[in-house]
Amino acid sequence: MKGRAEFLLEIGCEEIPAGMIAKAAGDLKQILETQLATHRLAQKGSVETFGAPRRLIAIAREIILKQDDITQEILGPPKSVAYDAVGQPTRAAQSFAEKQATPLEKLSIVATPKGDYLAVKKVIAGRFAKDLLAEIVPQAIRELSFPRSMYWTSASDLRFIRPIRWAVAILDGKVVPFTLAGVASSDTSSGHRFLGKPKIKVKDSAELIDRLRRNFVLAQPSERHKKIETEIQAILAKRSLRLHADAELTELVTYLNEYPTAILGDFDPSYLNLPEEILLTVMRDHQKYFGVTDKDGALAPHFIAIINLDKDRKGLVRAGHEKVLRARFSDARFFWEMDQKKKLGEHLPRLKQVTYETRLGSYYDKVERMRTLARWLANTWSQGGVLESHADDADRAAELAKCDLVTDMVREFTELQGIVGGLYARAQGEPEDVATAIYDHYRPVGLDDPIPRNLAGCSVAIADKLDAIVGCFAVGAIPSGSSDPFALRRAALGIVKILLERKLPLSISSAISTAANALRQTAPHIEVKPEAEAQVLEFLLERARYILRERYGYAYDEVNAALAAGGDDIVDAIARVAAIKAIRKAKDFVPLAAAFKRIRNILEKSAGGAAKSNEKSSTVKPELFREEAERELYEAAQRIGEKAHTLKRNAKYKEALEVIAGLRPAVDNFFNKVLVMAQEEEVKKNRLALLQSLLKEFSTIADFSEIVPEEQN
Amino acid sequence: MTAAKSLAKAPRKAATPAKPQGLTFQDLIFKLEKFWTDKGCILQQPYDVEVGAGTMHPETFLRVLGPEPYKVVYVQPSRRPADGRYGENPNRLFKHHQLQVILKPTPTDVQDLYLQSLEAVGINLKEHDVRFEEDNWESPTLGAWGIGWQVLLDGQEITQFTYFQQTGGFDLQPVSVELTYGLDRIASYLQGVDNVFDVRWSKNLTYRQVRFADEQQFSGYNFEWADPVATRKMFDLSESEVQRLVKAYAALKSPDEKRRFPILAAYDLCLKCSHLFNVLDARGAISTTERAALINRVRQLTCKVAAGWLEQRSLEVAAESGAAQ
Repeated sequence: MKGRAEFLLEIGCEEIPAGMIAKAAGDLKQILETQLATHRLAQKGSVETFGAPRRLIAIAREIILKQDDITQEILGPPKSVAYDAVGQPTRAAQSFAEKQATPLEKLSIVATPKGDYLAVKKVIAGRFAKDLLAEIVPQAIRELSFPRSMYWTSASDLRFIRPIRWAVAILDGKVVPFTLAGVASSDTSSGHRFLGKPKIKVKDSAELIDRLRRNFVLAQPSERHKKIETEIQAILAKRSLRLHADAELTELVTYLNEYPTAILGDFDPSYLNLPEEILLTVMRDHQKYFGVTDKDGALAPHFIAIINLDKDRKGLVRAGHEKVLRARFSDARFFWEMDQKKKLGEHLPRLKQVTYETRLGSYYDKVERMRTLARWLANTWSQGGVLESHADDADRAAELAKCDLVTDMVREFTELQGIVGGLYARAQGEPEDVATAIYDHYRPVGLDDPIPRNLAGCSVAIADKLDAIVGCFAVGAIPSGSSDPFALRRAALGIVKILLERKLPLSISSAISTAANALRQTAPHIEVKPEAEAQVLEFLLERARYILRERYGYAYDEVNAALAAGGDDIVDAIARVAAIKAIRKAKDFVPLAAAFKRIRNILEKSAGGAAKSNEKSSTVKPELFREEAERELYEAAQRIGEKAHTLKRNAKYKEALEVIAGLRPAVDNFFNKVLVMAQEEEVKKNRLALLQSLLKEFSTIADFSEIVPEEQN
Repeated sequence: MTAAKSLAKAPRKAATPAKPQGLTFQDLIFKLEKFWTDKGCILQQPYDVEVGAGTMHPETFLRVLGPEPYKVVYVQPSRRPADGRYGENPNRLFKHHQLQVILKPTPTDVQDLYLQSLEAVGINLKEHDVRFEEDNWESPTLGAWGIGWQVLLDGQEITQFTYFQQTGGFDLQPVSVELTYGLDRIASYLQGVDNVFDVRWSKNLTYRQVRFADEQQFSGYNFEWADPVATRKMFDLSESEVQRLVKAYAALKSPDEKRRFPILAAYDLCLKCSHLFNVLDARGAISTTERAALINRVRQLTCKVAAGWLEQRSLEVAAESGAAQ
């Protein structure tokens, strides 16, 4: 008998939601691998899983058909208790032997760190994989978790994503028997709902995949994906059209179909008068069609639908999809025309009726706050001479930004909020910058989404997001764990991304205060506590750390060092992070960082607590210096401090750090020659003051003590 | 791929039908009712109180509660005041027609049965793109939700397919499956018409001839003529009447009195509330915050009615088994 064989599992379901199949397959792999390893039937990494709408498949290769026997040593009483003075077994030894069902003479003495013990060796016979799998598999299926599972017989039965209708479980050519919510495992799968045979007998995974393919089910997502792409390209090539590429949609249709086939459909070119955004949203979000463009990138009056058939036999499918799209487009045109009867600004009073959040008031209130904040941001930047003035545009855009929420178009196509407002503003003669700002103000919706294109858009986007964060923190709706109903993390990432990419200097804490004041104005019943403002700052800085690490590729300690020296202005902070990264390879830098850590430790010890670089230090008195090394360090610090200051003022952080690294010989010399904790109290205090001033002086660009030497990093 | 090749030659004549095709509206109803009565459903009639969906018919809402098996099919004209378009929109209707099927408990081959019903009305499943796409259903006023799909026929939603999980706030044992066919859409699809008003209702009459006046006049009433103050009064009256009944029921001690109590009348009044709420909503007379509060009030009443009904059923069972002994 051979020792290893393949185990094949297929869970046959009614249609699983497309977005959940890949994750379920991933989870199934992990659960099975853990179970198989725990039961000594396979190593980690031995299971392959994948899925299609009506099935999750797992293939475990090289399953050990029978567990190895294992020998287990069970300890009994200590030798001293088990045997009396003359070496005869005591009552304790006898009862241990009885309990283990082993004759006394088969017991042995083993040496342990705690002394000699009576012990018994027991052989535990390995079990057969088929028996173990019959237990493991139903357990694994119960363990799979879904966002919203269901029961289908009664409330007390198995919950799963959709009803399970068959289960294939074959080990080494033989069915592994178990029952799952009334379904008995078997060797019989099922083909495509309409094109394939309903019962397909198989003996292993190769046969399953092959026979499914012949019954119009491409079990592997990669194969479906490839078929979709190939067919789309074939359709487009003939007509010199291009695909409006959409990776998310491709992924979705890969999991919506067991046998995906691409077909081309047309629509009336007169609909091309409607904005492209609206046409694409209708096609993509509502119908799951791909848009198509001509070779210049303009939308063409065609679409590609992915259907779950081998072909469109009589053209009925195409005609049907065209009819549905026609109705959808005609709705969209109706909404567009209806909405144009009113100017965007005329919708403003109706926002009083739309609740933003029960405690935070209506969208009308929110718009008031956004206006205050957007204007403040724009003024801050233009007064500082950093940027051209855009306060009026920002204010107008903020005023109109939420008006589209009550238009027919957005009520029907909610995902177009903002975009519709921008399109209407443009069509109704608002300045181009205002229209663009409205259009973009929800951006960025993720780390890969672009930021608003103009400054007014950046101001409004930040105002919108910061108002959300400050408001929610003020009323205690703070994200925790996986719960973040207002998507505040995304909002915070968005703010940081805009500031960094647009290089907008901003005191984040002042912006938070402005937002908090605006909230106090519109919602006097809410008490915005100072702690809430501090929490918001930390929340934003946490996202900033994340972006600097994950997106900009800076090391943990580089980011921490720069932010510990101040993170209120994130654009300034990233310049300092960059300087730290650039200089950390210089030979004096890491040892200097180590010296700073030492300084901090000394100060902390002497203060009996945390020493901060911004702590008020007592003045250094040169007349109290006893050693030459003290004086040298003092003078070096003064000389270097002055240079570093000038460089820092001009934002030449790398150069400043290079200069500061020049302190190293003096610092090293100090620690070699000087005992900080001198006998004389005054001298000791003076030395501590010197170190404190050093820490304070040279920690404004980066807190060096956060730097971790490379090998530990 | 051969599929791509054959696609290029795909005939396109079906896009513009020349002569009348597909079942008439009433034949579609006959066929589906016949199909499901052959599968053991009883044929019920539309409920005679205004409802927004077939689910609100007591034959669904109350029958899915409790342990007794039940199978039923009926058409339910469903009123959605906010969806009215004065008969001017080719797809949107104030009152559309649902064909509702309840199967309790759920047969294991329920999807196949459903697909057979499509074949019964002339849909060849190999010639159409029929798919089940995730769409979970929830009715806040009924305290009900379920898991399931919308069934798409060539991209058009034609049926809501739901495994009920809860109604009236109660977990269901056993689970019922609800199939809600959108008759107006299926008919216009089968007949190949773009405008629902062009659907042939019978051989001689069109949907327009039968239903246009309803669409026009009720849109006018719901959007313009309904007096918000009067409608609100009617809502309040219906609500307090349900409250009175629910309270009276709760005060009853004797099982016999409980069994005879008009819980069903209380349910009708809940439906009234729900419909009047929809009229107020269409009229724009409900603010967003108030909306949630009103929905919650109606839900609480329906849940109490459901609890009363369940209790009555169990008292009934107890009385029957008592009589049998």
